[in-house]
Amino acid sequence: MARRFRRTHDGVEARLEPGEAALLRDLVEDLLPLLAADEVAGDPVLARLFPDGYRDDPEAAAELRSLIQDDLRAGKRAALQTVLDGLSSRNTKGRVLLDTEAASAWLGGLNDLRLSLGTRLGVTEETYDELDLPAPDGDDPRRQALEIYAWLGWLQESLVETLMS
Amino acid sequence: MSTPTIAPQRVDRPEQDEDVRGDRPWVTIVWNDPINLMSYVTYVLQKLFGYSREKATSMMLDVHHKGRAVVSAGAREQMEFDVARLHAAGLWATLQQD
Repeated sequence: MARRFRRTHDGVEARLEPGEAALLRDLVEDLLPLLAADEVAGDPVLARLFPDGYRDDPEAAAELRSLIQDDLRAGKRAALQTVLDGLSSRNTKGRVLLDTEAASAWLGGLNDLRLSLGTRLGVTEETYDELDLPAPDGDDPRRQALEIYAWLGWLQESLVETLMS
Repeated sequence: MSTPTIAPQRVDRPEQDEDVRGDRPWVTIVWNDPINLMSYVTYVLQKLFGYSREKATSMMLDVHHKGRAVVSAGAREQMEFDVARLHAAGLWATLQQD
């Protein structure tokens, strides 16, 4: 597959196939409502996106959470909104122009999508071996989700490499 | 949340605790997780802390192979700030007294 991101003189250009843009939009739109919810307790994805800041001190962890949670939540929502805005600006050639700030928001947004999907799928270090196995016959929902997860990783890797170059 | 019947006073940490642990620095730790890309973790450490590629890569490899790495040290408030920035980037970070 061709690289999906490349540097331009004033930022980064993304080039996405129609199916990729549609998939990315679906994933963002799935995650956004969860970030709008008030409660963190009980949902493993929210627990991963907003982990405790203290490992062995629940009281201090709760105190820190009360200080930073709203800003974190707002920041993650804003990044995902920047991804949606970018997808809406995609031209007929599939190109999306991102300035440096938008590219950084895409990077964080893609990461949160991977954290979210990876947590739902229960990804471990061994999961990557699972993807090397031949796909099961027929429609396997876990396999399809894993392939989307792998694609997100490939997409994010391409963006990290572009930003580091 | 329960409603207190008496207005709570500001809770300070016990003085004894301060005496024993007061001069030990606080550290921010990044923990290994199976999802974050190695390249991304390196990039985030460079961006947030201004570390060189070499230093950030070395910390990332410690996270990957040893399960954790100290990425910053200093005053408690500063470490809370660092943890918040790392959580914003999606890394799994905590602070503790060294």
